[in-house]
Amino acid sequence: MKADVPPSGPPLVELKGISKRYGDLLANDEIDLSIEPGEIHALLGENGAGKSTLVKILYGVIEPSAGEIRWEGQPITIASPVEARSLGLGMVFQHFSLFDELSVAENIAVALSDDWSLSTVRDKLGEISRTYGLALDADRAVWTLSAGERQRIEIVRCLLQNPRLLILDEPTSVLTPQEAEHLFTTLDRLSEEGCSILYISHKLEEVRRLCRRATILRAGRVVATIDPRASSAREIAALMVGNAVGDIRTDAPHHPQGETLRVSNLSMTPAGLHGQALRDINLVARAGEVVGIAGVAGNGQSELFAALSGERLADHPESIAINGKLSGAMGIDARRRLGAAFVPEERLGHAAAPTHSLSENTLISHAATEVSRSGFILMNAARRVARSIVQGFDVRTPEGDPQARKLSGGNLQKFVIGREIIRRPKLIIVDQPTWGVDAGAARLIRQALVDLAREGSAVVVISQDLDELFEVADRMAVIHQGTLSPLRPIGEWTKEAVGLEMLGVAQAQGGAHAV
Amino acid sequence: MTTFEAILLTIVTASTPLLIAALGELVTERSGVLNLGVEGMMVMGAACSFAAAVTFDSTLIGVVAGMLAGALMAALFALLVLGFAANQTGSGLALTILGLGLSGLIGAPFVGARRDPVAPIDIPGLSDIPVIGRLFFEQDLFVYASIVLTILVGLYLMRTRSGLTLRSIGENHTSANALGLPVWRVRFWAILFGGACAGLAGAYLALVYTRFWSPGMTAGRGWIALALVVFAAWRPGWVLVGAYIFGAATVLQLHAQAAQFGVPSQVLSAVPYLATILALLLLSIRHGRAIGAPGSLGVPFVPDR
Amino acid sequence: MRFELTPRTNSPTVMRIFASVAAFITAFLIAGFVIWLMGRSPIAAFDVYVLQPLSDPWSLQELLVKATPMALIAIGLSYCFRANLWNIGAEGQYVIGAVLGGWLALRTHGTDAGAWLLPLMVLLGIIGGALWGLIPAFLKTRFGVNEILTSLMLVYVAQLILDYLVRGPWRDPKGFNFPQSVTFDPSATLHPILEGGRVHYGAVFAGIAVLVTVIVLGRTLFGYRLKLTGDAPRAARFAGFNSKATTLAVFAISGGLAGLAGISEVSGQIGQLQPSISPGYGFTAITVAFLGRLNPIGILVASLVVALTFIGGESAQIMLKLPLDLTQAFQGILLLCVLAADAMVSYRIRFVTRGGGR
Repeated sequence: MKADVPPSGPPLVELKGISKRYGDLLANDEIDLSIEPGEIHALLGENGAGKSTLVKILYGVIEPSAGEIRWEGQPITIASPVEARSLGLGMVFQHFSLFDELSVAENIAVALSDDWSLSTVRDKLGEISRTYGLALDADRAVWTLSAGERQRIEIVRCLLQNPRLLILDEPTSVLTPQEAEHLFTTLDRLSEEGCSILYISHKLEEVRRLCRRATILRAGRVVATIDPRASSAREIAALMVGNAVGDIRTDAPHHPQGETLRVSNLSMTPAGLHGQALRDINLVARAGEVVGIAGVAGNGQSELFAALSGERLADHPESIAINGKLSGAMGIDARRRLGAAFVPEERLGHAAAPTHSLSENTLISHAATEVSRSGFILMNAARRVARSIVQGFDVRTPEGDPQARKLSGGNLQKFVIGREIIRRPKLIIVDQPTWGVDAGAARLIRQALVDLAREGSAVVVISQDLDELFEVADRMAVIHQGTLSPLRPIGEWTKEAVGLEMLGVAQAQGGAHAV
Repeated sequence: MTTFEAILLTIVTASTPLLIAALGELVTERSGVLNLGVEGMMVMGAACSFAAAVTFDSTLIGVVAGMLAGALMAALFALLVLGFAANQTGSGLALTILGLGLSGLIGAPFVGARRDPVAPIDIPGLSDIPVIGRLFFEQDLFVYASIVLTILVGLYLMRTRSGLTLRSIGENHTSANALGLPVWRVRFWAILFGGACAGLAGAYLALVYTRFWSPGMTAGRGWIALALVVFAAWRPGWVLVGAYIFGAATVLQLHAQAAQFGVPSQVLSAVPYLATILALLLLSIRHGRAIGAPGSLGVPFVPDR
Repeated sequence: MRFELTPRTNSPTVMRIFASVAAFITAFLIAGFVIWLMGRSPIAAFDVYVLQPLSDPWSLQELLVKATPMALIAIGLSYCFRANLWNIGAEGQYVIGAVLGGWLALRTHGTDAGAWLLPLMVLLGIIGGALWGLIPAFLKTRFGVNEILTSLMLVYVAQLILDYLVRGPWRDPKGFNFPQSVTFDPSATLHPILEGGRVHYGAVFAGIAVLVTVIVLGRTLFGYRLKLTGDAPRAARFAGFNSKATTLAVFAISGGLAGLAGISEVSGQIGQLQPSISPGYGFTAITVAFLGRLNPIGILVASLVVALTFIGGESAQIMLKLPLDLTQAFQGILLLCVLAADAMVSYRIRFVTRGGGR
């Protein structure tokens, strides 16, 4: 059981004064942290606070610039993940370290030491699956699995090595609420068996559900170590964010009118080998409202975005209408001309070209407008547009017109959202608007989207962050395996109902899709 | 020996260098590295093996020299694409240009020299079976070796731990690095293996197939080997099948030229190249995209550290 | 032991130019070492390869003559390479351009054709190269076939077509059975720019191609589209740039320019069709394009530099008995050095022994 009395021996692991510098950026600044045997310890912090850097140092993926790591009181260096594993560390990364084309058993075997053969892995896999309720089919190829199943592979990999310390980096970001609860049960059980767990998250509720101790990071520093159950959510949030959390203003009166976007019976085959098909999607977004699309990653969100933006064309022109014009067969540029704007999930490489300057990046979605004339680029106009985005959306840049990759995640996201909003679109479709950005930028972005709707545009937000959708959306639907649930006013949704839809087990609701 | 038997024998001889070079490239590509320099490594293998074989009057020394030359060229490529994360396409092309030039320099003193045929290995009894006897059981050592190599590469990739590691690295080097798999080391050896195989294929061309040296004698075989890997969807067994189909096409067009059907010889000479294009085309039509391509193929690897 | 690569946050133009120069010097040092290994004096070789051609007016003209086709082809390739498309079959496009343009010259042979002949030949050369280049582009866009392999295979096919024609239907009946066509009429010959000089109007085409490319790549949406397609293909799709149209366009442009180089060379330099009409210009142009960093002005300079190695190679063969293959080997070394220098501009490279980084 978790120790309420102070333990007698030395902590299992102790970090002292750990720092990591990337050029001018101090990602970790003199971090101290200790974990007791059998403890579930939370590492809390906003995106960009330095959590991932710290655990990568602990796991030997990156080397610290300064500081000391003690294991059961002895100073050690962890030069590689292999060394970390031989010490008894196991890690479940936020981005899974999996190989799509290989089988589950191969994926597990490749991460283990040489004396694990494929057949022993198969045997052990069955055993562990039964003990911890982590069902997995050894011979399935990974690309056929759901995110939850993929995470199980990562966990089983660690468990097969009898870890003393298990590190989980934002494990629930890809899970349904029900899958998350299942994970928590597994973690409780491990902790009872004496395995320590370092649990990284920015979600307060789960941390309070799981942990007695939490270390809070902000801007690379430890700001506090607390008992999350003894502090209020507001206190903890204030510690994480640094100043009081502001609410999004949604109070302006609004009367949605006119269908800006209508999607009727949209179906699409998967784009690639591992894509998700879209099945019979119906959706209406009206001028003046924010429509939210919830769902666990990989259920067809990016496919839906590609279909709505015109990066992939629909089979029937009539399945998508923008401002009353049948546009299913129109390319993305033609849809932009109808007054639509789009922000994809990936900032670098999709929304923006990493090595191009911000002014060049304006050309990506403004090509048909003021920045060019009869095929020639008007560079001064492009620079002007870039400047007004930078000023209007509080984009912090290291220099006048930097390459996109030199901006931090939050600032680049403000830039790509600003680039679309500044065109005053009648319709904007945003995929994961605040994925991996800091709290301040997230607030600004959400506010900008809500404001745009209040000024009479239709806004569609596809997001995995339920809290975000509850904050900004007027109506919401859930996407599950390429099928969209009926669209309902936000007040009619509960988190539990959303969770059931995410699992695809919701009861068929009376009445077709609400309009 | 009937003409038919003779044709079958030459098909085997023409296919073997393609098979060996393609197997090497297959391993390199399975580790996630695209080495377009097969032609260059192969022609270097041919020049160096011939030079060494004539100088020391030893086929064995020639073969070793050919493999070493191929591996050395591959090491140069590895330094660029692994050490410097240089563009793989460009580096491979550079390797081919360099190999074609350098082999000319090395081979120049040996133009006009000839080597004796390499004695075939006769498996007594079995080689007396009509038609297939001599085809299957009276070949030179290289032919047997190439078949064994196909099986070994297949077993290595699918049945060994080290093969699993190599496939994982080729599939996703970011994940592999996160798990602590030695991305660089594995790729280095895979590139070197590819080079040694290309060198061996070149040695076979110079010492067994033609038995003389002429500049640029590989005549695009390195490129055909590259196409074979795509055609075979990165599977050793299919490389074997593909190599023999191409070998057959090459030999049959030569015989057709000799038979003088009234078709211009140039049309027949173009058959292997057109066949390559056609094979790639049919493959793409059937599968849409290159099926089985390793996920990280051709992507430079720069770990964040 | 291992290498550590850290992406550089800024790499100024000065550094990029310096890297090209450093690559060139390194390649020279390596080549000198090879020549020394062959038992010759690297100093004498440097004199023959570089100094003599540069101090001799005849050689200087020859420099322009040799640089012309390479500059034309490399400019075309820069369109492809910028968009991350690998046309390595420029040699074949060059040959087909020469064949199609040459066909008209042979067709009108002895008919005293008017001034329309040359422009039409040049146009046919461009069309021939462009069509040949469009084959791999079409196979790629329509069926997803790898363009590297198909474009290269088509080089062999193009060379065989030319070989067939000059040995068969187009052979000069009075040519003592030599595999070559009749000599083109004066009306089908690109004339020297200066009376009695060697530099023909192909050089003007190259100059125009450079200027147009400076504007297209630097100032137009089409140029930006190529750059975006190469640097961030998904962003290019997101921008609404049609990647298939881009692929077809750049292959047509680079094929057309290679074809232009081919017809210019045949009509301005060789004066007839024969089995071999190129010392590998189409392949060397790849080196030129990289050495010039895909920048039109850079390519112009690079084509002159590489032309120097061709001329130097020829005189070295005569004066020092150094084989011509040395030139090709040198070009390979040069390309490797340029690629390595490129990487050093993009990354800070540190060589560490195990654990030494700690």
